[in-house]
Amino acid sequence: MNLKNTSNTYGSVIKFLHWGMAIAIFALFGLGVWMRTLTYYSPWYKPAPHWHQSIGVLLLALLVFRFLWRLANERPNQDFLKPFDRIASHTVHIAFYALLLVIMVSGYFITSVDGSSVDVFNWFSIPSIYEKQGAEEIAGFIHWTLAYAIMALAGLHTIAALKHHYVDRDITLKRMLPNHWFNSSP
Amino acid sequence: MTLSFKNPPVKKMAASIMLGALLLATPATAADYVIDSKGMHASVNFRIKHLGYSWLTGRFDKFTGTYSFDEANPAASKISVEIDTASVNSNHAARDKHLRSGDFLDVSKFPTAKFVSTSMEVTDKSAIVHGKLTLHGVTKDITIKSDYVGGGKDPWGGFRTGFSGSTKIALADFGIKFNLGPASKEVELQLEIEGVRNK
Repeated sequence: MNLKNTSNTYGSVIKFLHWGMAIAIFALFGLGVWMRTLTYYSPWYKPAPHWHQSIGVLLLALLVFRFLWRLANERPNQDFLKPFDRIASHTVHIAFYALLLVIMVSGYFITSVDGSSVDVFNWFSIPSIYEKQGAEEIAGFIHWTLAYAIMALAGLHTIAALKHHYVDRDITLKRMLPNHWFNSSP
Repeated sequence: MTLSFKNPPVKKMAASIMLGALLLATPATAADYVIDSKGMHASVNFRIKHLGYSWLTGRFDKFTGTYSFDEANPAASKISVEIDTASVNSNHAARDKHLRSGDFLDVSKFPTAKFVSTSMEVTDKSAIVHGKLTLHGVTKDITIKSDYVGGGKDPWGGFRTGFSGSTKIALADFGIKFNLGPASKEVELQLEIEGVRNK
């Protein structure tokens, strides 16, 4: 088991980050949509946003780590990809990083533009760094819009991965899955 | 109420208060005032019970208004206030965002709330101000208990008067249906008004 990427495949760190963050991102989307529908007397009215924020902050830390890890690792070869696929997949990956960064920062601002800190579970809290009255509306609009944009991008990403697996029959999806699932090369 | 029967033109006059304030020809006795929302010697505050255990307070930061006030005939006074609903401020960004949403004020649909008086019942230095409050797109008759606080020359060559008013409204009356619990169906409004007399 390689922690780092090789020229042929992804390392286990990136695989763990990829699937772990994917699950967290879908969960946060669902939690975010659901918590807005809660009534004031729901037992989840306070814990749901608290969890949403806490997971979001941890996800931001993972995102930064993942980006640095990506820079520190070689990229598995893409020679088998058509030029269009190479450019398109690279664009989608960069868009993921950018949108995730902005959505997480905007979420942080929804809570913190009045000067309050964002509590991460009951573990630590992030202080407010910017105060502006009414800015929570802009932050909220960005957060909401990007949530759907990211879901759309994730849909595109999934369709592309399945297309490579079932139509092109290449190793694109396989090399992001645990090694023992596919022992033989395609 | 008796006042409005004796004085039928009051309703028509109320509708043209904003216009009236602009007219140059006003009765010599009544004076027109602009609420000092520029120097902010006025505030539109609210409070509502939280769970029935405490009072949550907030205010609307942006509003404008005018009134006419005649010391010799205070019953002929009129007031009109327009409030920017998006300026709601309860000192908590996430809650303010919720208050602006469709669950409460729905500020994108109803950006202004408005109070226009229709008649006054005056006793000594207090009055009961009857008028129409438009909030969340719903217009209802409400009454505001009002006290004259003071008035006179200010140190900068102007003339000011001030009032303090309070009223209570039920959120459901104005179509705001979000359930905050049995103790939180009504909001108290506290209005502090200082006006500068037009020269």
